[in-house]
Amino acid sequence: MATATVERLIGKAVRRREDLRFITGRGTFTDDVKLPGTHHAAFVRSSLAHGRIVNIDASRAMAHSGVRAVFTGKDLADGGVNPIPVGWLLPGLKTPDFRAIAVDRVRHVGEAVAVVVAETAAIARDAAELVQVDYEELPVVVDAVAALRPGAPQVHASAPDNRSFHWEIGDRARTESALRGAAKVVRTRLINQRLIANAIEPRASLASYHPGTDELTLWVTSQNPHVHRLIMGAFVLGLPEHSFRVIAPDVGGAFGSKIFIYPEEVAVAWLARKLGVPVKWTAQRSESFVTDMQGRDHVSEVEMGFDAGGKLAGLRVKTVANLGAYLSLFAPCVPTYLYGTLLNGLYDIPAIHCEVDGVFTNTVPVDAYRGAGRPEACYVLERTMDIASRELGLDPAELRKRNLISKERFPFQTQVALTYDSGNYAPALARALQMVDYERFRAEQTEARKKGRYLGLGLSCYIEACGLAPSQVVGSLGAQAGLYESATVRVHPTGKVTVLTGSHSHGQGHETTFSQLVADTLGIPMTDVDIVHGDTGRIPFGMGTYGSRSGAVGGTAIHMSLQKIIDKGRALAAHLLEAAPDDVEFKAGRFSVKGSPDRGKTLAEVSLAAYLAHKMPAGHEPGLEMTSFYDPSNFTFPFGTHIAVVEVDVETGRTALLRYVAVDDVGNVINPMIVDGQLHGGIAQGVAQALWEWASYDEAGQLTTGSLMDYGVPRADQLPSFETDRTVTPSPVNPLGVKGAGEAGTIASTPAVANAVIDALSPFGITHLDLPLSPQRVWKAVQAARGGERR
Amino acid sequence: MATHDIRVTVNGTAYDAQVESRLLLVHLLRDQLRLTGTHIGCDTTHCGACTVLLDGQPVKSCTVLAVQADGRQISTVEGLEKDGKLHPLQEGFWEKHGLQCGYCTPGMLMTTCALLTRSKNPSEAEIREAISGNLCRCTGYNNIVKAVQFAAERLGKEA
Repeated sequence: MATATVERLIGKAVRRREDLRFITGRGTFTDDVKLPGTHHAAFVRSSLAHGRIVNIDASRAMAHSGVRAVFTGKDLADGGVNPIPVGWLLPGLKTPDFRAIAVDRVRHVGEAVAVVVAETAAIARDAAELVQVDYEELPVVVDAVAALRPGAPQVHASAPDNRSFHWEIGDRARTESALRGAAKVVRTRLINQRLIANAIEPRASLASYHPGTDELTLWVTSQNPHVHRLIMGAFVLGLPEHSFRVIAPDVGGAFGSKIFIYPEEVAVAWLARKLGVPVKWTAQRSESFVTDMQGRDHVSEVEMGFDAGGKLAGLRVKTVANLGAYLSLFAPCVPTYLYGTLLNGLYDIPAIHCEVDGVFTNTVPVDAYRGAGRPEACYVLERTMDIASRELGLDPAELRKRNLISKERFPFQTQVALTYDSGNYAPALARALQMVDYERFRAEQTEARKKGRYLGLGLSCYIEACGLAPSQVVGSLGAQAGLYESATVRVHPTGKVTVLTGSHSHGQGHETTFSQLVADTLGIPMTDVDIVHGDTGRIPFGMGTYGSRSGAVGGTAIHMSLQKIIDKGRALAAHLLEAAPDDVEFKAGRFSVKGSPDRGKTLAEVSLAAYLAHKMPAGHEPGLEMTSFYDPSNFTFPFGTHIAVVEVDVETGRTALLRYVAVDDVGNVINPMIVDGQLHGGIAQGVAQALWEWASYDEAGQLTTGSLMDYGVPRADQLPSFETDRTVTPSPVNPLGVKGAGEAGTIASTPAVANAVIDALSPFGITHLDLPLSPQRVWKAVQAARGGERR
Repeated sequence: MATHDIRVTVNGTAYDAQVESRLLLVHLLRDQLRLTGTHIGCDTTHCGACTVLLDGQPVKSCTVLAVQADGRQISTVEGLEKDGKLHPLQEGFWEKHGLQCGYCTPGMLMTTCALLTRSKNPSEAEIREAISGNLCRCTGYNNIVKAVQFAAERLGKEA
């Protein structure tokens, strides 16, 4: 019998299976779920950044037609709602209570003070405006460096000096000595401004309680429904897992901001049980701005030492990280283990020391936002490398080449705890320089300057770390969770396959890439595979999707279950074929006896036999379903080089991004179309940090960029088409050889663009400007520089 | 609150509805007519997720009152597919990976649908200008541009 030729799907740009529902308007996002009798919640929010709640008068709201109830923070606390816990503990960490609704003090603008439940969302919002809250105003601190100064307003009595933690990594003494012995030390102060994820779907939650079964179901915009179930159930609400189901249906973008347990989700879940009706809340964008956990917000003092040959001698970084008013779920690990550990970059740095102070302020809490710590580390390294190249009089590409870790040195032990799995950094840099035609650009740049046109080119060589692991190590570092992933592969009696994955897709295309993996491995069509994600009622367990982990960790869990399916199938087939299991091979969806291809059974035939169980081999149970928990032995480390080319109009200060070249190495690629798409989106977000985005607070703690009119989410006419290419260095960590692609673009692009703008402005003697490089900021700098010339 | 009786035609089907004066078109579509393909992203006319066609013109339905749509024709994403055949723009977005999370997609489709009605062969700059009122946070717009170019080419061949 001829073996059917099955086209290999891994590595192919297969178009996405999930798209049909989205392009026809048939997606199901949380707010699309409509249950009869649903009531709607609206939150009364603090207009002050810091104040003591003196009195809450809800009488007018209660009297409003259509209002069902009004609850305050005290009502929830008395009703058994515990504070939202912290998922990552550091030594000495101060963890003040983070309550769903403030009890006696508000600490940032937008913090919930009360919740109104009404028959419609419009009535609930009307009534929320009728709740009268009296505050005693308290002094406000928004800047983290200022918050550390003696006499600064105190955000929490339990955190003296507003410090939540002090953390260090690396070798202090060796770094001190390396910098003392360096031929040149470059010093700079870098601000990584605060950002807001701004997923286009606002957060939403809908809870429904069934008194007959005592089950509470929560639909929520989550990247990790099992994490929501565990933390909300076990810690916040006291609900057992078996009667608490969390469904994260289609989720409209997240970028980290939908990992966390949010006050509104807690409140809605509690309200549905309390009131016995389904309760829904969907954020308005103005609420998203002041309630979605924000990102970045570092101030760093950087000292980078070089020897006389331009080789790195040492790096010392002192960072103040603004954590906002409360500790969000994973806030402590972002500016520490996801930041300090990445300061080795792609370079051979003999000594590194980093210390970080995590600081409370009267601002929205800060947690992971796409890249989470890694973009901050990359910005520190790549901005400082560019400043160094000018101070050393070396070409920025040449300085980087001299310092890249050579490919012979992998696995590479860094100075900051990590071991890089695999890497070959020079080819990506070379390819990016070739794509942008570096030498020609420099010639063009020189010519353009003569005509008063200011072109600039910026390089960024980045490293990314995906799939935080293994669980034992992250546990020893403070994680209150394991960072494995689970997958169940269920082969049905007809040979159709359902995969239950703990990963969650909110744009990443898991239904396609995981299907490619399953179809290839089992030799069946993709249409015979269903990928189920986002429902704790269907999927045994999962840790979810963040940190670019789904391919490397979630994909490998599926791979392991597939291998177990094949192993059991082989034993069954051997029994049916009266052959020894070792003599049975599995190819293209068929088990057959080696050397006698006619003697065989298809996967469907074996599966049917497994469910009929009329003829099972000894020691095997009926059925064909396997579950795996994959705990990686290490992170994976994608890398690459990005180059931005800009032109700055010095009369207006406006920067135009002319070209963007990205060469990325994300290991093996399952679907190149999807990987490129991830890169594109990441690049756009990082470019936007460099040029437009900034969550800016005034001294009173009011967010001054609190709408999409003021906050610069990039628009199509501000960006060029990006030019991408790849090198492929498989990861040895997992059997698929994949690394991860979700955050690479965001990590690399911000310093590339920043370096390009400063390069363009270098004729004015401008050596550094803080982000975002808005027209106003650039124009002012150019004006100041020109004024300086005139004097 | 005062209510009004209105009649709107959505994707060719006439609906009678009783609406509050303040009801927005997007809420009429999503909550009363249960056409949830049209999404809400910002409530303030910036993001374009709620874009629909009103008498053929793209409008942000979060900034149109339902009463303003009385007696008028509305097209939403649910109406793009005709007789089981996807619109070339839907094909383009699928073929060129013009969407990731899919949340901005209905608005993008309706905006570019209007674009291709007025411009048969738009340049990249024209496409980018046309969708500059529609925010996408996932794609960096790269493949949305390609999707629209694909559709323009497909429509050109069909014409």
